[in-house]
Amino acid sequence: MNGLALFWRRYRRNRGAVAGAATLALVVVAALVGPLLYPVDPFDMVGRPSQPPFGRFPLGTDVAGRDVLAGILNGARISLVIGILASLAATLLGVLVGAIAGYYGGRIDDMLMRVTEFFLTIPSFVLAVVVVAIFQPTVMTVTCAIAIVSWPSVARLARGEFIAQRDREYVKGCRAIGMPDWEIILLQIMPNALPPVIVVSSLMVATAILTESGLSFLGLGDPNLVSWGYMIGVARTVLRTAWWMAAIPGAMILVTVLAINLVGEGLNDALNPKLRRR
Amino acid sequence: MTAPMPPVLAVEGLSVEFRTARGVVRAVDDLSFTIGEGETVAIVGESGSGKSTAAMAMLRLIADPPGRIVAGSIRLDGQELLTLDDASLRRVRGRQIAMIFQDPMMALNPIYTIERQIGEVLRLHLGVGRAEAFAQTVELLRLVGVPAPEDRARQYPHNLSGGMRQRVMIAMALACRPRLLIADEPTTALDVTVQAQVLELIQELKTRLGMAVLLITHDLGVVAETAHRVIVMYTGGKVEEATAGQLFADPRHPYTQGLLQAAKWEESDGVELREIPGTVPSPFAMPTGCSFAPRCAAVVPRCQTDRPALTEILPGRPVRCFVAQGAAR
Repeated sequence: MNGLALFWRRYRRNRGAVAGAATLALVVVAALVGPLLYPVDPFDMVGRPSQPPFGRFPLGTDVAGRDVLAGILNGARISLVIGILASLAATLLGVLVGAIAGYYGGRIDDMLMRVTEFFLTIPSFVLAVVVVAIFQPTVMTVTCAIAIVSWPSVARLARGEFIAQRDREYVKGCRAIGMPDWEIILLQIMPNALPPVIVVSSLMVATAILTESGLSFLGLGDPNLVSWGYMIGVARTVLRTAWWMAAIPGAMILVTVLAINLVGEGLNDALNPKLRRR
Repeated sequence: MTAPMPPVLAVEGLSVEFRTARGVVRAVDDLSFTIGEGETVAIVGESGSGKSTAAMAMLRLIADPPGRIVAGSIRLDGQELLTLDDASLRRVRGRQIAMIFQDPMMALNPIYTIERQIGEVLRLHLGVGRAEAFAQTVELLRLVGVPAPEDRARQYPHNLSGGMRQRVMIAMALACRPRLLIADEPTTALDVTVQAQVLELIQELKTRLGMAVLLITHDLGVVAETAHRVIVMYTGGKVEEATAGQLFADPRHPYTQGLLQAAKWEESDGVELREIPGTVPSPFAMPTGCSFAPRCAAVVPRCQTDRPALTEILPGRPVRCFVAQGAAR
C-alpha cells in the first residue's frame, strides 16, 4: 500500500534505525531457528565447567558445565517472548485506561489517573519483584509483573493524545452524526492517537527485557527456562576468573536492547514526521 | 411573516452554564426561538455571545463537565430533546438534526476516505450495506456539486480543497435528509468566492429538501443573503429579533445598530469605521444593569441599575432595551 511505502521511506532515512532493525532481525532469527540448528539442552551438563569460549564449545561452559551457546539461543526466545508479550499487554491496558480517561475526562479521568499515579510512584522493579515473589515465577507471572509495572506510562501518553483529539472538530462531527462513544474511541480517535503509543511501546520491549533479566538475575525467573539474566546471575560468583561467562549474555542484552531502541527511534521518525526535524 | 406550519424547532428558555475554576458562567441565558419548515433563522453576535454554545446545545453536544444545560426546552417536531436517553439522542443526531462545522479542514477525520465518512452516517442511521452506501455517497456528492464524485469518494480529506471539504461536510449532513440543519459559521474558513457558492448550495438544498436551517454567523453579509429571520445575541441573551428585512432597514437595539454600522464600512469606501467601542464584558464581571450599557451610545441612568426584559415593541419585534422600548426614565 501507499502508506506502507511512505512509512518505509521515512524509516529508511534513519541509518541507525535500519541497523537496529537488521540486528534485531538477527536476534529474532537466532531465537527462532537457533535451538533447532544447535539442539543442545541448555540445562544438560555437557562438559567440564568454566571452559573459555572457542574451545570444544563455541562459547564455553558455565560453572555447572552447561553449554553457554545453547543458553544464549534459548535465552533469546525467553527474552523476546517476555519482552514482546509484556509490552503488548501493558500497551493494551495502558491504552484502554488512557483512552477512557482522556475521552470522558472529569471524574472518570481523575479516578483512573489517581490509580495510574499510584503505580507510577512505586519503584517499578521492586513492584515487579514483589509480584513475582507472591506468585510462582513462571513465564506467565513474570510477563504479568512486567506489564503491571509498565502500563502507567502508556496510559498517561494515550490520555494526552485522547485529550488532544477529543475536542477536534471531527470528533464533534462524529458525535453530531450520532456515533456511539465506543466507536468514536476505537475507530475514530484511536488510529490518530496510536503512532506515539506505538513508539513508546516498542521502546518498552527493551525495558521489559531488562526487567526480565533483572528478575532472572535475582533468581526470580522461570526455573525451567534459561534466560540471559539467569546466566549472568549464575556467572556472578566467578566474575573474576571467568568474566566472559557473564559478559556474553550481558552483551546479548546490550545489543538487543540497543537494537530495539534504535528501531523505536526509527518508528518515531517514520510515524511522527512533525517531530522529526530537530 | 410568521411560519404558517407548526415549527420544526421550538426552543424555550434555554440556559447553558459552564462551571469554571473562577465560578459559574452563564453562556446562554433564557433563549427562546422557533424555526419553521423551509425557514432559515440566523443567530448573529460577536465572539463570546453564546451563539455557538446555543447551536451545540441543540444537539446536546456541550461537554459536561464543564458545561450543562440548566433550564429550558428544545423540541424538534414536538419531541423534547433534553430528556432523551443517550440511545434515542443518537438516533436524532445526524438523522433528524445535522450539523455543519466551521472548519472543514478539521471536521473530517484525516485517516479515512470521504466515502467511508459519509457512508458512516448512512450505516449508523439507515443500516445500508457497503455497495449501497457507496452509491448513495456518490449521489450525495453529486447533489452538493462535487465534480467527479466517484473519484472524490475514494480520496482522503487532505486531497480536497477547503471548499470541496465543506461540500463534503454538507453532503454528510444531508445524508439522512434531516429536518433541521445547523450551520455553525459554515463559510468563515472559506474564500469569498467559495463562500457564495456554499451559501447558495445550502439555500437551494433547503428548498429542495424542505429543511429548517439554523445559521450561526457573525457575518451580516451572509445573513442578508440567506436568512428569513435574525436573532441578535449579546452576552448569552437575545437582545433583538426581527425578519431580515426589518432588521437591516430598522434596527432597534443600539447593539444591532452598532453591528450594522460596523458592517457598512466594508461596503463603502471613505466612510469612517464606526466600531462599537469597548469589548464584550467578562462573564465574571457582568454589569448589574443591561450588559451592553458600558458600550452603549444611547445609555440612560436606568440601564446601569436595571436589566431590561425582552419586550415586543411591535408585533413580532422583541427588543431588550429600555430606550427602544420607550421605557427610559
